[in-house]
Amino acid sequence: MEKLNNEAILNLIQGAFPNDVLFHEEPYGLLTMEVPAAKGHEIIEWLKNHETLSVNYLTNIAGIHYPEDAGREFAVVYQLHSWKNQFRLRLKCYLSKDALSIASIVDLFAGANWMERETYDFFGIQFVGHPDLRRILNEDSMDYFPMRKEYQLEDATREDKDDRYFGRNNL
Amino acid sequence: MSELKTKEAFAQSSETIDGNIATINFGPTHPSTHGIFQNVLKVDGEKILSSEQTVGYIHRAFEKLSERRPYNQITPITDRLNYCSSPINNMGWEMTVEKLIGAEIPKRVQYMRVIIMELARIADHLICNSVIGVDAGALTSFFYPFTEREKIYELYEEICGARLTTNIGRIGGFERDFTPAFHTKLQSFLKTFPKAFEEFDSMLARNRIFMDRTKGAGPISAERALAYSFSGPNLRATGVDYDVRAMHPYSSYEDFDFTIPVGVNGDTYDRFMVRQEEIRQSIRIIEQAYKNLPEGSYKADLPDFYLPAKADVYNNMEALIYHFKIVMGETEIPPGEVYHSVEGGNGELGFYLISDGGRTPYRLQFRRPCFIYYQAYPEMITGMSISDAVLTLSSMNVIAGELDA
Repeated sequence: MEKLNNEAILNLIQGAFPNDVLFHEEPYGLLTMEVPAAKGHEIIEWLKNHETLSVNYLTNIAGIHYPEDAGREFAVVYQLHSWKNQFRLRLKCYLSKDALSIASIVDLFAGANWMERETYDFFGIQFVGHPDLRRILNEDSMDYFPMRKEYQLEDATREDKDDRYFGRNNL
Repeated sequence: MSELKTKEAFAQSSETIDGNIATINFGPTHPSTHGIFQNVLKVDGEKILSSEQTVGYIHRAFEKLSERRPYNQITPITDRLNYCSSPINNMGWEMTVEKLIGAEIPKRVQYMRVIIMELARIADHLICNSVIGVDAGALTSFFYPFTEREKIYELYEEICGARLTTNIGRIGGFERDFTPAFHTKLQSFLKTFPKAFEEFDSMLARNRIFMDRTKGAGPISAERALAYSFSGPNLRATGVDYDVRAMHPYSSYEDFDFTIPVGVNGDTYDRFMVRQEEIRQSIRIIEQAYKNLPEGSYKADLPDFYLPAKADVYNNMEALIYHFKIVMGETEIPPGEVYHSVEGGNGELGFYLISDGGRTPYRLQFRRPCFIYYQAYPEMITGMSISDAVLTLSSMNVIAGELDA
């Protein structure tokens, strides 16, 4: 069987979801696509059940916080893997800080359970339909989401650890 | 009458001991958790009805810490993920950064890395498998391989001076070439290890008591394992031959001839046997890599990332500047987004790195195989007895450091 290249994969996805690939690129050869958050579940389900693509493995789920990107402050990144065709795929769904929720994919991949809990724990992103969305690594009584950029690692009163020394100014 | 049948019958039987359901805390500190994590078991007599896990007891915020550390200072953090095979974590991270900056790594460095990473895999699997023995009541098989593991740690020491949390290598290669003492020690290890290992193997692999205890304990099907995103020996024990070294070769793994062992039932015995065979394959890989170790440099030409030699720092202006820039974290990093994974002791260890061009990662996520597969534990032990739950836990090789990050 001939190996699918990224272009062919992208064409297949764009064929099925003509308006939903908002952006795509290939950093280091890994096909990365932005899709609407509302369509994330549907697209992953389609990819999983597609006969040719057969994206059978969920590698990881990561949250990212971009506090300066108004309306798209949070991203949920799904990294998927098709073993049959030996390609990886990265799907990004951006969320606004005012509507921080996205459909859970636990029904598709049981392993998404803790990955989503971890993302919730650190970023506060709600996964709708998750069977048990609780904190996982942090303690239950914590009332903030520590991986957000507004929580600085260092003691804010210290002057010797100025953020400018770390290459950025306003985080 | 086989033990397997008895275990299945035990899981399926609906008879109760006295109708009372007891709640038992298995952990957080329990001799057989080998780390700190809690399982609240609901048991009917000896039989587990349900289990609820609590993790995070040693969460150290590695992902957050990484956002404030220059790239070379993140290597020691990775030590503390799976601390039974730190070199694999270290080198996985170094390779991630090298991929981001597009560095070209000499063939010799790649082979040297393969040798160290396979030694680490052997050390990791030896611990796991000997601990299964302990939890089944066989203490001899625990102490025996420690002599060999000690030799591996001495080899680490020759490379980097450290034993457990190694911080081995650098971005771009190694601090120094293999020393003559390393060569001597590795040669003697390659000579003596296979024999000692087969002796260890003979203590457990065909031991009737051990087989009866482990066969059928904590099984998982290939379908469920895939749904749970299993990887590594635990996945291979179910019969799926996914191995990052073969599917996405890194560090020249494509040059070596090795087989990927798979199990059938996905139970404790299969996990044990898969790891045993992987140790043999690792020795094969080391022998090939050592025999064909290419000539060349032990480091890449990366003055922006690789610390210059101390003598140059004191005598050469340019080296001093590079030294200062690296130590102070002033190195220029291109913006980018990269995912790199290696086959760690427990499975696919991934690094998802987003750089915004700053001195530190904008976001770094570790794909920790332990964290991902440990969530299947309740499903695997339901219907088992408590002693089987202990064996299942040790055979999954759940390392608290990797679990909690």
